[in-house]
Amino acid sequence: MLSNKERKFLEDTARRLRERIVEVTYSCGGTHIGGAMSQHELLIALYYKYLNIDPTNPRWPNRDRFVLSKGHGGVGHAVILADKGFFDTALLDDFNKTGSPFGMHLDWQTVPGVDVSTGSLGHGLPLALGMALGGRQQGLDYHVYCVMSDGELQEGSIWEAAMAASQFKATNLTAFVDRNKFSLDGPTESIMALEPLDKKFEAFGWRVLSIDGHDFDQICEAIETAQAEKEKPVIIIADTIKGKGIDFMENQAAWHYAGVDAAMRDKALESIRKMK
Amino acid sequence: MKLLLPQPQEAYGPYKQALIALGKANPKVVVLGADLGVSTEIDGFKAEFPDRFFNVGAAEQNEIGIAAGLAFEGDIPFVHSFGVFLTRRAYEQVCVQVAMHRANVKLVGVIPGLTSRLGPTHQAIDDLALMRTLPSMTVIDPADATEITQLVPAIAEYDGPVYVRMMRREVPVLFDPQAYKFEIGKAVQLAGGKDVLLVTTGMMLSNTLKAAKALEDQGIRASVLHSPTVKPLDSQAILDLAATCKAVVTVENHLTAGGLGSAVAELLGDQLPLPLKRVGVADTFAAPGSPEYLFERYGLDATSIVNAAVASKMVR
Ligand SMILES: Cc1ncc(C[n+]2csc(CCOP(=O)(O)OP(=O)(O)O)c2C)c(N)n1
Repeated sequence: MLSNKERKFLEDTARRLRERIVEVTYSCGGTHIGGAMSQHELLIALYYKYLNIDPTNPRWPNRDRFVLSKGHGGVGHAVILADKGFFDTALLDDFNKTGSPFGMHLDWQTVPGVDVSTGSLGHGLPLALGMALGGRQQGLDYHVYCVMSDGELQEGSIWEAAMAASQFKATNLTAFVDRNKFSLDGPTESIMALEPLDKKFEAFGWRVLSIDGHDFDQICEAIETAQAEKEKPVIIIADTIKGKGIDFMENQAAWHYAGVDAAMRDKALESIRKMK
Repeated sequence: MKLLLPQPQEAYGPYKQALIALGKANPKVVVLGADLGVSTEIDGFKAEFPDRFFNVGAAEQNEIGIAAGLAFEGDIPFVHSFGVFLTRRAYEQVCVQVAMHRANVKLVGVIPGLTSRLGPTHQAIDDLALMRTLPSMTVIDPADATEITQLVPAIAEYDGPVYVRMMRREVPVLFDPQAYKFEIGKAVQLAGGKDVLLVTTGMMLSNTLKAAKALEDQGIRASVLHSPTVKPLDSQAILDLAATCKAVVTVENHLTAGGLGSAVAELLGDQLPLPLKRVGVADTFAAPGSPEYLFERYGLDATSIVNAAVASKMVR
């Protein structure tokens, strides 16, 4: 259980940075805002409570690793990295603009705090597994966290890595599925059904935890359970809402990628401020 | 006969329309998508022919396999994604399942080269190279809406694997639809100067024509050969025209390695050694950014073509 103070801190931070994502989306003309909103609490919990990282030394060898396999959520990741002090927040004003360090998908060479370049779906889990095995190989006790989208699970490469992670007992790897139930074209279940997703991962040898992906108590409890697990890799299937917090975007496939004008921005900010 | 319109115009979504028309004309045509329906302009076909449409989800490797299997059974599958994902992601599937079997699969990869705003994971700057080196693969990079409209039925008619680099949404109309006739494997000559031959493919035609004009102002007369088919290359047309010029410049929205420039270098090296400059992206992954910015930064703009032409003549 989180203390009230801790929960409030996480919720306030989440709200504040949601607003930042909206601002960036407004200034750069468009982002993958729907998925940035659904993944948000997972990233906030990791970055503000669990990840052992040093913004002044982004490549510190003992740091915990974070892989945003759903690279199109980069805008949400960038906002957090800036807030953590990996780089000057003002740089975000140029997000995805010509000459800026940020493309829509974050690049390991230009954005401090980013370990791997993603953007093409299905690459994160194999990489995260290798990084986890590498840590074990070198006797370092960092943990690797990997956030995937649900549409991304349609890529076969994810399941090759899923098989290997349990084969190699990669218990220093924790994966998340941002289960917002939408991919780009529409609902996952009508396009290429993933359910029963928990049973699939169980059959692949994982310990599966199913939670509400916007509830910090559940997220934190699941992460701590995963950290303590010593037999199997753990996957946290986080039930989320695409567009979460922005009432007119929630559960709308059309907001997978979009821009907002000034009026929409204001409506979005207003909606976010009303979140608990 | 004048092939080019006096003034370039613009068409919206010519591929989308051409695919619907093809669907009406040929009941064997089936369409596959991978969670990029509207982005690859196949939503119109889907609405008209839901029974001939498969969305496989974000699973490009599986998409290729299903398409090849459909082709074995007599269908003509048109397969869609961003160019990067059809080529890089599913390369071995394309090689083994499509190319080795000469499967009658049409691969349509949208957003050529540096026109993607989504950064290096989405910029298909190597697709021509990857597809060109596959035996049995035909590779097409159209310049405008007229070519797109004409090539769609042409590749359906042709029996064998084809990769097309597709432009979407606003596409220029350069060729006069009445006068122009697209043919697989045929290049078209658009200017006949004797100083330097500019061989171009795809959307680079516009900048190449601009460059030819700028060269003329400097007293350098250029031949311009547009080669929408990168493989099989129209070797005869290139050799015939190159023989009348002092140097050759290739122009493509692609790496200088492996694509049109390499194909022309191989041809000239084998049969007609001449000074050659290749305009394209040097050996680097590109930054994200607007197409205009990227074209300038990576040397695909008209000025870069002019400079390459001037430099190619200096070699002599
Ligand atoms: C290999 C690959 N294929 C296709 C795409 C294009 N694409 C970008 S996001 C996306 C799907 C979005 O749905 P989901 O993965 O569930 O993300 P979320 O809903 O969390 O934004 C697709 C198909 C891609 N980036 N990579």
